[in-house]
Amino acid sequence: MSMNESAVRPLIEIKDLKEYFNINMGMFRSKPLKAVDGVSFSINKGETLGLVGESGCGKTTVGRTILHLYKPTGGEIWYDGKKIASKEDIRAFRKKATMVFQDPYSSLNPRMTVSDIIGEPLDVHRLCATKQERQERILQLMDYVGLNSEHAARYAHEFSGGQRQRIGIARALAVNPDFIVCDEPVSALDVSIQAQVINMFDELQERLGLTYLFIAHDLLVVRHISDRIAVMYLGRMVELADAAEIYDHPLHPYSKSLLSAVPVPDPKVARANKRIVLTGDIPSPLNAPSGCPFRTRCPYAQERCAEEMPPFDEVAKGHFVACHRVREIN
Amino acid sequence: MALLEVKDLRTSFFTDAGEVKAVNGVSFNLERGKVLGIVGESGSGKSVTAYSIMQILASTGRIVGGSVKLDGQELVGAGERVMKTVRGNKISIIFQDPMTSLNPTYTIGRQLMEAIILHTDRDRRAAYERAVEMLRLVNVNEPEKRMKQYPFEFSGGMRQRVMIAMALACEPDILIADEPTTALDVTIQAQILELMQQLQEELGMAIILITHDLGVVAQLCDEVVVMYAGSICEQGTADEIFYHPCHEYTKGLMRSIPTADTAGTKLRPITGTPIDLLNMPQGCPFAPRCDNAMKICIRTRAERMRINDDHAAACWMNVKAGADSGEIVIEPKQAQAQEGGDEHE
Repeated sequence: MSMNESAVRPLIEIKDLKEYFNINMGMFRSKPLKAVDGVSFSINKGETLGLVGESGCGKTTVGRTILHLYKPTGGEIWYDGKKIASKEDIRAFRKKATMVFQDPYSSLNPRMTVSDIIGEPLDVHRLCATKQERQERILQLMDYVGLNSEHAARYAHEFSGGQRQRIGIARALAVNPDFIVCDEPVSALDVSIQAQVINMFDELQERLGLTYLFIAHDLLVVRHISDRIAVMYLGRMVELADAAEIYDHPLHPYSKSLLSAVPVPDPKVARANKRIVLTGDIPSPLNAPSGCPFRTRCPYAQERCAEEMPPFDEVAKGHFVACHRVREIN
Repeated sequence: MALLEVKDLRTSFFTDAGEVKAVNGVSFNLERGKVLGIVGESGSGKSVTAYSIMQILASTGRIVGGSVKLDGQELVGAGERVMKTVRGNKISIIFQDPMTSLNPTYTIGRQLMEAIILHTDRDRRAAYERAVEMLRLVNVNEPEKRMKQYPFEFSGGMRQRVMIAMALACEPDILIADEPTTALDVTIQAQILELMQQLQEELGMAIILITHDLGVVAQLCDEVVVMYAGSICEQGTADEIFYHPCHEYTKGLMRSIPTADTAGTKLRPITGTPIDLLNMPQGCPFAPRCDNAMKICIRTRAERMRINDDHAAACWMNVKAGADSGEIVIEPKQAQAQEGGDEHE
């Protein structure tokens, strides 16, 4: 990071974000599913924060709740030093923050042409005064993501997965956002195409000064693209640090096992690699364990872990961990 | 003799748009107790290769040529009666999606026992015991209780364990695993890979592991086959493929994977998109995307070339690199075909 510390200002600040879904249990009873339970972090301008975790850990919900696709159950979302509170704030915020979805097949309307798909946000937010201007803007956006102008009149089904994802990215860029939530944008793509799209995210960031929240389960991809990485487990953040730091020196037992489980594309390293294989499955968020959510699978769990929730402490500069025994086990 | 010998296997799908050559001349051998990885992107024909070996192709698909020999016995054209004794007994398959591979209306126990009763002469009592034993083998806790449960009561990783238990219940010689961990989370993937490795060592079966994840291949496989557009572009031992890739496509794949070392730099992806199997070019199918394509690549398809005892690749770049040193030997049959081709020009 070349920027001076004091000059770096958070663009997005999340404070104690909570998102509970009510699950109908039958007989007029319902139970809250705590998809996100007290998550706080901030993302600086021009930075990429990687958010990793396994399915059901709440990473997608965090992304969607930030954009107010879900109404937050609790907590605050601050954008550029201002708290988002009213409906007008949300409307204004959505011009500055957009999303790229995981599945390039279901996130594009099959009955719309590429230019309609990319033009829709322009129409919704009334960003273009004339048809001419709208058309030029669409072609500019298509150029940003490496699509040809002759693609404009085609339908989404005529494109491959990688090209569809480009269309989705062009749509996200249409409102000229500062902040993009990328929800598993490359996990449905083949390796060779994935690399093309990752490079494109990089280039767009440099060119347009974008800030990303990059949600993914592929740790190699996240490590490549992110400045900092946050690890989530069962609706809570367990570790947050610089990408290199967390990758080389993970401190939380969950991050350790997650990283050791990543298959390394190198036979000699893979053979020598000592994997920390966790036993059991992720508990259901409906019946989350008491205390530390990871304790049921944690090799270091003690009585204390079942009794109280570990605080999310800064153990080294910029390195946050939620574990009671972080000092003993490292 | 190799346990499984696949020679020049060709499988096509006959669609309204024309013949799609999904597998176009694939040859490899699988030795007893070895793990063979087949890697490639979607549409490269890796799954169709497996389905052709098992002869479980969709109705539009047909094996149009080549041979598949199991223990010396020819399977292509052998007929459904023979295949019924092969499937499950000698070769088993597990699929990518453990969510849809199990019948949601039957208990796990009933589905496991069905497979066992069908393939062995065990009675219900013995089949039940075998099913419980298999569940225990794949580390399912409280197997007796689990036998009575339905698939929806199992998590993804647990369902894949059940699928593995089912596949191994009749002690097959070969287990084909078609993207067995793709639908699973990393920590669960690690569990399943560990389990497969451990079972492979205990039971000594051979595994064909089909995956797009080079990391999984590096972890498990002895030998690797890299496929592109229905053909094998490179095959060899895992070490050879990973440390001395000799096909431009394999090299491109290796470069495309982000690692800790690539952070902060640009990846060097393969340009373009995978080829349309309906419009196959005359030359190398990878040539349109290849940065180093030469004239000959566009004109003539490279045949399989021997790099060394453990390694072969179908790429003209090797001839360019090895022609002077004499290291590259084009295999005799192909070499003749090549000479024959040259006379025309």
